[in-house]
Parts: sequence; structure tokens; C-alpha cells
Amino acid sequence: MGKVVIPIGPQHPALKEPENFVITLDGEKVVAAAVNLGYNHRGIEKACEQRTYLQDIYLIERICGICSHAHSTAFIQAAEEIAEVEIPRRAAFIRTLIGELERIHSHFLWLGVAGHEVGFDTLFMYSWRDRELVLDLVAKLTGNRVNYGINTLGGVRRDISPEEAAEIRKVIGALEERTKYYLGIASEETTLISRFLNVGRLSKEDALRLGATGPVARAADIKRDVRKDDPYAAYGEIPFDVITDTHADVLGRTLVRVKELMECYKIIRYILDNMPEGLISVRFPRRVPEGEAFSRYEAPRGEDVHYVKSNGMDKPERVKVRAPTMANAASVAHMLSGGYLADVPIVIAAIDPCFSCTDRTIRVRDIFRGSDSVLDWPALRDYSIRWYRENGLDFSGIKLFGREIG
Amino acid sequence: MVMTIFYILVFPGFLFLSAYGLAVEFVDRKLYARFQNRKGPPWFQPFADFVKLISKETIIPAEADRRMFKSLPVFAMTAVLTASLYIPVWSTQSLFPFEGDVIVILYLLTIPTLTFFLGGWHSSSLYSTLGSVRVLTQLFAYEVPLLMAILGPALLAGTWSLSGVSAFYAANPIYALVNIPGFVAAMIAAQGKLERVPFDIPEAETEIVAGAFTEYGGRLLALFRMTIDIEMVVVAALVSAIFIPLFSANPWLGFLFFVIKTLFVVFLLALFRSVMARLRIEQMVRFCWRVLTPLALVQILIDLIVKGFVQL
Amino acid sequence: MKTGKMLPLALKGLFTKPATISYPYQKVVVPSDFRGKLVFDPSKCVGCMLCVRDCPSGAIEIIKVGEKKYKAVVHLDKCIYCGQCCDSCVRQALRTSPEFELAVYDRKDLTVDI
Repeated sequence: MGKVVIPIGPQHPALKEPENFVITLDGEKVVAAAVNLGYNHRGIEKACEQRTYLQDIYLIERICGICSHAHSTAFIQAAEEIAEVEIPRRAAFIRTLIGELERIHSHFLWLGVAGHEVGFDTLFMYSWRDRELVLDLVAKLTGNRVNYGINTLGGVRRDISPEEAAEIRKVIGALEERTKYYLGIASEETTLISRFLNVGRLSKEDALRLGATGPVARAADIKRDVRKDDPYAAYGEIPFDVITDTHADVLGRTLVRVKELMECYKIIRYILDNMPEGLISVRFPRRVPEGEAFSRYEAPRGEDVHYVKSNGMDKPERVKVRAPTMANAASVAHMLSGGYLADVPIVIAAIDPCFSCTDRTIRVRDIFRGSDSVLDWPALRDYSIRWYRENGLDFSGIKLFGREIG
Repeated sequence: MVMTIFYILVFPGFLFLSAYGLAVEFVDRKLYARFQNRKGPPWFQPFADFVKLISKETIIPAEADRRMFKSLPVFAMTAVLTASLYIPVWSTQSLFPFEGDVIVILYLLTIPTLTFFLGGWHSSSLYSTLGSVRVLTQLFAYEVPLLMAILGPALLAGTWSLSGVSAFYAANPIYALVNIPGFVAAMIAAQGKLERVPFDIPEAETEIVAGAFTEYGGRLLALFRMTIDIEMVVVAALVSAIFIPLFSANPWLGFLFFVIKTLFVVFLLALFRSVMARLRIEQMVRFCWRVLTPLALVQILIDLIVKGFVQL
Repeated sequence: MKTGKMLPLALKGLFTKPATISYPYQKVVVPSDFRGKLVFDPSKCVGCMLCVRDCPSGAIEIIKVGEKKYKAVVHLDKCIYCGQCCDSCVRQALRTSPEFELAVYDRKDLTVDI
């Protein structure tokens, strides 16, 4: 067989969301891979500009079904920074608590998906069964299983009662046992290791060059975690370790995630032991003063970045979301090439992708002709040269790689 | 003549095997579910799936070879049904035994695999082509250890007839104990033959959609699925006839033993697929040649030594 | 390294109760403060329309039916069950209920007076 180009997606059993990977195969070996984003664009950023800050929380929360708390917290942190509102300490602790519970269910979900991608459905069923514990717990604490709606501008909406705290401790204890078991499976089961070890390698240099975040970067021995580097909510006063691994492959990413679960339990126990008394929310103005803010949040999948710009009205002028999958998408193509076709699903799954959060479209608008036409390559090049010239940069006469660029 | 037609069409032929195949699929799925702490499907689920598939429209891709595409499922079904005629059901004797039928059964069981390959190849779609290439690659890996694992017990029994082998071990059940390595090898190879985890590489759902069956649907897919169910019964019956010396002269008791033995084999196969991840094709081939084939060779060696002692 | 590490757990599955629930036949218990269908208390409503203003999806309407008498209409197909209206309501006229089985055959049936 010669070289074959095979599409994985937009509709494919391995992908839970529509996205397209073009894989060039030589037999079973992948010689090249390309990632095409943009099948699931929902226009949330634009929709945010037409709603008030309060309404935006619920819209932003629905960017992602799994890391909903990550997105809403990141957005609210930006809004609170612009409005210069300080949330009560208790609210910060509750936000952190829900964030960690969310991380637990996200990592359990990932473990199951990873098992399913390599045909290990028993692992998938058991880890999802155990995930139900934390989902039911979150439903009890917040009123819903995934879109918690616990965040509000200036604090949180629901308090944690002592009975609920006891319930959390009980569930955490049960989950800790299960996590230890899965750690044993992930580090000992032969068939699983043979599918994970040295698959989808991403060295430390490549991870840094391609801008990987979250567990993907930490598995490549990069000690990077927003919770430590730029503490938000209550993370500044909570002791925990940033888990890293030197495997730099799918096995490393698995171990990092499972070990992070153990850290989650530690954090949650600390929160329950040291929960301060007091208010859970403060008043937040309907009109947010003019300004802009940039907020970072360590979502289960990596660093989630939100940018909010306010023009003094009750609606934001601009909301920009950079979901963690966006940062990791670049490294997927790198990790896929050189591997096997059989490893494509697990390598894609190993970044814990969330494509609908990531997708965006780009519209090219020709400000010279005022039309919305799509530009071809030479026209785009001409346009960029013209734009730079008008902004005081003239590239004419400069040679790059032996060719004139201006 | 009438009896022959009855044997072929009703018992132990087409009707019985179809019904028992669906029952075995149910047992397999139910066990798989229970191993995963799930409830599992109701008893009629495989039958309901079959009826549903039968009632669906048959879609044949424009690029596919129509004649081959439509005839291959029938070939596959015929081959497994024919193979069943040489397998003992209610006693140690099959319906039409002859010297050398073990080889014929194994060859007949290869035909479905070849039809999967041809079906995928003639579908002319990317996923099916990849799947069919994997079918063939895998065939070359498990077929040799399977044949050799069955060869050992046959050598010890001194006959190439399955009925003869069964009769030998029914008479001397103690000899079955030396065949345990061969049983293990045959079970693992059977898992490869039936394309189940960890060897479900040719139809790996998350990688190549449904492999060779990607373009199949409706009646044709129903026939293929039925073939796979019956193949499972035949393989389980073959393995149990050779390795599990549990027979009875009473046909009713003998039939009960047949059911118990095949279900035991199915239980092991279901357990096997629920505790492992799918291997890659190159890992599978390496495993089969480096571990499974030597294991089968050891079995042959053991049988030869035992045979030498017996003859002393 | 060990092959079949999950074997003991899988075998244990034969003797333990399945974790799955036969859902439509066996009801699911949700917490009492689960955010399900809205409940409206007309005697408390003062018609301030704060709920209408804050609803992220425009799912709620408050209609005046008489002197100081209001009724609430909810479009359940638009409602995202966030419960913000209940938080915005100054008189606690709106509450969430744990009722979540709201599927109907006709979309029109999703517009309900509560």
C-alpha cells in the first residue's frame, strides 16, 4: 500500500466532539498529521457582548460541560478585577472547593475515556461509576451535576453547611481508595502500559516550543501550574504539590492526572478544615467601570485564559476566551506524526480535548474595499504589506530566506 | 436423506446454531456487563438486534463490487455452518466424522475471516480497506498457534479426526491434564480468531470505525453478525471437544455437557476480554509469534514425550 | 507489570449489585434543592420584573392579570435551569423544584404557566 490520507473526524467514533484530523499513513505508520479546528464554533464570545455580566456567567459556564466552573470563575475573576470588588474569603474557599471537585470528576472522566480509546471498556465503566459519586455530591452542593451555577459576581450563591462538609469528607474518603486502585492499574496493567508507554511523545523542549499547558506540559517535566504560579481564589494559602512526570508520553499524562487526584483530596481536606466564617458574597455593581482585565485559571485540562474589556456599561465590550485545548492543539499534530494509526485516538484523547470550547472562526474583512470577501494568499500578502506600510513599517528591500518579502 | 437435511437445517445445523449463537452472544454480553458492574442487556437483546438489522435498508456503496459485497456474508455463514457438522454435539461422535476432519474444520473456520477481508476490500472505503488488511495480518499471527495447539492433543490421541480425539480423551480423561498449556494457547488464539479484545484490532471501533464492516448494513451486516455468533459457538465447541473431556453416552446428558462446556469457554473468553486493553497490530503479531507459538510448541513436545512414555 | 490486574474486581462484579439503574422503571432521587422546573407563588409577586431582566435566555415572562396580580409563563425550551431568577427575586416568589422529567412530544407544551 502506498501513502494513504485518512480523515479522522469530523464524525468518528473516537471523537466525542466534531473535529478533523487529516492523517497521512504509510501502512500503519503515521507520516504526517494535521489538525483542522472550526467544526463546532458557537459564537459565545460575540453573544457575551449582547448580555449583561450576570447573564454572561451562565453563558460562559456553558462553554464547556466538564470544566464549566473553570470558565465561569475565570470570567468572574476578570469582571471582579475591573470592578475592584474583593470577594469574601469564605466565597474564595467555596470556589476553590467546587473547582477541585470539578477537577476530580474531569480526571475520572478522562481516565475512562482513555481506557475506552484503547478498548479497555472495563476501566471506562468502573471509573465512570466512581465519577458518579462526585457528580452526585456536586449536585447536592450546587443544585446541578455539571453546570453548577455556584459562582456569582462578588462571591458564590450557595453556602456549604457542616452536614454537607461531612458528606464531602465521606465521598472524598471513598474516592481516595478508588484512586489508589486506579493508580495501581495505570502503573501495572501490562496491556495498558504497552499502549501508553512511549506513545505520543512530547519532549520538554517541544512542549515549551508548542505551548503545551496543564497535564500535557506537566507530564513533560514542566513544573507549570497557575494555581502555584499565579494563585487565585484561595490557592495562595493552601499547601499542595504540583505533580510532574518525566515520561513525557501518554503514560506520563495518565500518571500525572491520577496523582493530581490525590492532591485534590488533600486540597479539599485542607479547605474543609480551614473554612473561614463570614459572608459568601458581596454586592457587585450592575454597571462595571471602564477597564480591562486578564484572568488565568488552572482548569483540569490546563491553563484557561479569559480577557474581559468593559466600557462602563452593564455589558462587556469584549470577552475573549482561550480554552486550554487551544494551547494543546498545536502539540497534537507533533505527537501524532511518527506513531501508529492505532495510537491516534489515545494521543488525541491524552490532551483531554474539549473541542467545542476551543473552536473559533476568523472573518477577514477588507478595510480598503469594505467588503467581507475571502482573500486568497497573494491578496492577503499584499494586504499585510500595505497594512504594515501604513503603520510605519516598510519591509521593501528586506530579504528573508533569499526572497524579498516587501 | 430426510435426516441429513434435518441435521443440516434444524439440529445441530442452521436453526439450532442460530438460536444457540444468539444465546451465547447474550451470555457473553451479560457476563461482560456483570464484569463491569453493569446490569447488561435483557435475554432477547441479540435477537432484537438481529431483527432490527434484518428490517433495515441494505445500502451498497457505489464504488463497491456489488456481487462480491452481497455474496460474501452468505459464504461466511455457509462455511461456519459446514464446520459445525464435524463437531460433536451430544456424544463424542460428530455427524459426519472422517480421518482428518480437524484440519477441515480449521480451514472452514478460516473462510469467514477471509470473507471479512474480501468484504472490507470490496467495500472500497478507506476504513474497510485498513480493517481488511489488519484482518489478514492478524490471521497470519493466530492461525499457526491455534493449529499447533490443537495438533498436540491430536498427536497424543493418534488420530486426525475430531471425533476420534474426543473419544480418546473421553476414555482417558487423565491425559487432558497434560494439554493445559495447549488449552491456554488455543483460548488466546481463539480470542484472536473471534476478533475480541485484546485482539479486536481489525474492527477497533475507536481507530477505524468498524474495520471491514464499516460499509455493511442491514441484512448483510445481520448475516455477518450471525456468522460471528455461530463462529463463537463452533470455536467454543471445538476447543471444548478437544481439551475438556466431559462426555456422556446418554445423548441428553451429553447435550447438557456440551452446553456447559461451551458456556464455560465463553465465560473464559468474556473474562479475557474484560480485563485487558486492545493491543496494537504489531504488538499482537509479536506476542503471537514470541509467546503463543512457543507455548503451542511446548504443548506438542509434552504430548510427544507423554506418547513416548505410554508406548514404552 | 501484571496482566489482568482488574481480574479480581471483574470477578467480584458477578456477585455485587449492578451500579446501573433501570432509569425509567426505577426513579432517580435528586437532592431536594436540585435546580429543576420553576415554581411560582403569585401571592408574593410584586411585578418588579427583575427576574425577566436577569434571565440569561429570556425564558420567563411575568404577565399582569389584574390589580397587583401576576402570573408567570416559562418557556421550558429556553430555560437553562440556572435559577438566577430565584436569586434575583426580592420576594422569593420564584423557587426551583427538583422536578426534572420535563420531556414532551410537542414543543408548544414547553411553554407553561406556573
